[in-house]
Amino acid sequence: MIVQILKQDRPGQLLIGALGLAALLVPVMNLVMPADSAFHMPTYMVTLLGKYLSFALLALAVDLVWGYCGILSLGHGAFFALGGYAMGMYLMRQIGERGVYGNPELPDFMVFLNWQELPWYWQGFESFGFALLMVLLVPGLLAFVFGWFAFRSRVTGVYLSIITQAMTYALMLAFFRNEMGFGGNNGLTDFKDILGFSLQSDVTRIGLFLASLVALAGGYIVCRLIVQSRVGRVTVAIRDAEDRVRFIGYKVEDYKLWLFVVSAVIAGIAGALYVPQVGIINPGEFSPLNSIELVIWVAIGGRGTLYGAVVGALLVNYAKTYFTGALPELWLFALGALFIIVTLYLPRGLVGLLRRREDAV
Amino acid sequence: MPGCSNTPVTLFKFINPVTIKPRFRSCISRLLLLTCFFAGQALAEDDADFSTRVQALNVKDFRVKQEAVEQLLALDHLRTLAVAQALLDGNLYYRKSDKQVFIVEEAEVGYHLVDPLSGAEAEILSARKVQKIGINNKLRRLLKNGIARLSLQNPDPAVRLASVRQMYSRMDTASAEQLATLREVESDPDVIDAIDTGLALDGLSSADGRQRLEAIQRLSGSLEPEARNRLQAILGKNADGEFIESSADVRKAAKRTLANTDGKRQLNKLAETLFFGLSLGSVLLLSAIGLAITFGVMGVINMAHGELMMLGAYTTYLVQQMMPSHLGASLLVAVPAAFLVAGAFGIAIERGIIRHLYGRPLETLLATFGLSLVLQQLVRTTISAQNVIVSNPAWMSGSLEINPALSLTYNRLFVIIFSLMVFGLLMLVLKRTSLGLQVRAVAQNRSMAKAVGIRSDWVDAMTFGLGSGVAGVAGVALSQLTNVGPNMGQAYIIDSFMVVVFGGVGNLWGTLVGAMSLGVANKFLEPYSGAVLAKILVLVFIVLFIQKRPRGLFPQRGRAAEG
Repeated sequence: MIVQILKQDRPGQLLIGALGLAALLVPVMNLVMPADSAFHMPTYMVTLLGKYLSFALLALAVDLVWGYCGILSLGHGAFFALGGYAMGMYLMRQIGERGVYGNPELPDFMVFLNWQELPWYWQGFESFGFALLMVLLVPGLLAFVFGWFAFRSRVTGVYLSIITQAMTYALMLAFFRNEMGFGGNNGLTDFKDILGFSLQSDVTRIGLFLASLVALAGGYIVCRLIVQSRVGRVTVAIRDAEDRVRFIGYKVEDYKLWLFVVSAVIAGIAGALYVPQVGIINPGEFSPLNSIELVIWVAIGGRGTLYGAVVGALLVNYAKTYFTGALPELWLFALGALFIIVTLYLPRGLVGLLRRREDAV
Repeated sequence: MPGCSNTPVTLFKFINPVTIKPRFRSCISRLLLLTCFFAGQALAEDDADFSTRVQALNVKDFRVKQEAVEQLLALDHLRTLAVAQALLDGNLYYRKSDKQVFIVEEAEVGYHLVDPLSGAEAEILSARKVQKIGINNKLRRLLKNGIARLSLQNPDPAVRLASVRQMYSRMDTASAEQLATLREVESDPDVIDAIDTGLALDGLSSADGRQRLEAIQRLSGSLEPEARNRLQAILGKNADGEFIESSADVRKAAKRTLANTDGKRQLNKLAETLFFGLSLGSVLLLSAIGLAITFGVMGVINMAHGELMMLGAYTTYLVQQMMPSHLGASLLVAVPAAFLVAGAFGIAIERGIIRHLYGRPLETLLATFGLSLVLQQLVRTTISAQNVIVSNPAWMSGSLEINPALSLTYNRLFVIIFSLMVFGLLMLVLKRTSLGLQVRAVAQNRSMAKAVGIRSDWVDAMTFGLGSGVAGVAGVALSQLTNVGPNMGQAYIIDSFMVVVFGGVGNLWGTLVGAMSLGVANKFLEPYSGAVLAKILVLVFIVLFIQKRPRGLFPQRGRAAEG
């Protein structure tokens, strides 16, 4: 079935192909090529690419709900960050006695706060399997509860956008508090190793990069399957005419909720991949600015296409890295201008631009 | 994500900066002002006498100096107090070149010499060219007593009141006698009350149990912190576990009085919290009211609203830079200036961007968000990435003291009044002018309004300009309460949306009620949960509330509510 669907999806084939190519090339360029070779890829670049890939996965999650169901969530950064925190908690527990205070049980910041024992919600995170489960469960559960309330009372459009923004904002405020037990302002950092492999080593970095690649490819296929399925068609119909779908007899809320939860889980996975690569997670990830920025990745790439989201995320983040390095003053101007230009002149994004040409031919 | 700020967004930074100066210092500054005012009426020969006595202070020998101080304090000149205070505070200097004595105010460069007689500024000298006139502990005591006595005889009852209350913490037989004599001649009822309280405080340490009992009864209902401290001390026990106060009757009376005042105190505490809540609510109202127009009436999501407020605050800053010598009047200039600047930006935004996006709210949201980033960066590159300093005019600082337990700071008070004024004006514009009529007509039924000849394009631009202008005015008020920096707008945008949505979109009264109730709720929650958690609780409450009533507190009814 997967093959069948991909057969009709040329851009998807290209994307999966490109990811496959990267999966082959990057490890070779990083590990095999000698450091002075022109084809050598430094490790920081691998990590950067891995980070972009996790952002692309996040953009995919946003496109799933925004492009295919018309739910503009300005709070997807929260699901991303929650997934990241779940992973961060696992990594924190792996530090063990190597922390500054050398406490085998408690992370440094808890020792610093004079806490005597691990809070109940930190229990279990020493196990990787449990942490993975939480990466999926916590964002999913939050999305379920939030969506259950929101969709049932038919909060739609900009109202929904604003309350999702308020959600991530409230979470940000909460995570900034030291009493929450998530490291407050500084968040979780100083990670040492994952599954016994040192996070500093090149091989682990390549491993994380490959994991992000696989997750992105898998995420793409899952999303594609969803939007091609009957459920996907119903959500597109909801996007275009919610009331009609409801009058026909579909339970609009259930479809929306289901899609929202899936999207949140994907965002959580993206966060879990992001954290070990950048080595830190802090409450800044919850900031409304982040959530709204990732919406623009999708808008620039082209919403409602899935691959457009991936392209947008990669492009904007590459531009961001470039600008903040070379012309830091200009980055916000450029980003702001992108928002305006894309919404005014490129309603279908870059992908839409290419497609139009294709259609014209 | 890299490059994004990790700093906590501090909400309502204005909670802290209002510091009430110690009562002592504010009293002295008032004293100085007053003495300056009366200085003109002094007689010429007095002046000459005064000047010689001030000059006489400039001696090395402390015994001679003591005599000179006594001489000075004995002279009932209106500037005596200022000079005595300066000597006590170590601000009395002599010029090395001619041994002339001056009061000195430290300036950014060198020392400001102030003529002791006229209070006028003489010249600015470097620290090397002046020499401080030193005092010892004996002189200090002498000066303190003299200053207290002089203040008690001051013609202004407010000064007398302040100096009486200042004596509470160090009541002894001598000061009690002083107060008792003063009471004979005192005519102002407030000062008499204060003197009675002071005498009662003294009575608490009387050896006679009956007198102590009487004193306690007189202290009943007094909100003075000192009275409370003393009463609590009466109920205390010493190290051996015995009561310090031997008489059980006195203890009982003290307990009763304390319970009585505590009740009163709590009431005042409540009033204070309410006041804080209302002032927070006013800030919310100011920031939300412009949004209530652009979002509520026009249905445009303007994420750059906070940045328009920022522009208003920066306009205040620029106005102050342009007229540094008229700080007091600068705000009056800044309000219309900020309205015009932000309004012009608003019209430009409407014509340039939003016009093309009507009917696509989500796109409007994104475009205006991009715009907000551009505006922030614009301020960063053209003015400064750092916060700028906007000064408060003199009439905004200080506080209105209602009773010893409750004082309202002027800047909060002004914000409350100002926000209500803005609200009232806006209501007038919308309900009583032809522009308002057209705005409402277009909001209710665009095509019908067009059909009767309203230029809906023009009305859109004007409405948006109006909403943006109000945001600019809000920025002026915010500049007085919080830090002015490129990021200041971001902190308010979510709150303002919450207020508008909570109050009911398209309903200005709803915005008023919403802002005030959220502000008050926030402040009442704060003591129990801390500021941040209170904020979160309120946010969660609103999110739940919107789920329950998606159209807010006061939903719009009728045809306009559809669509």
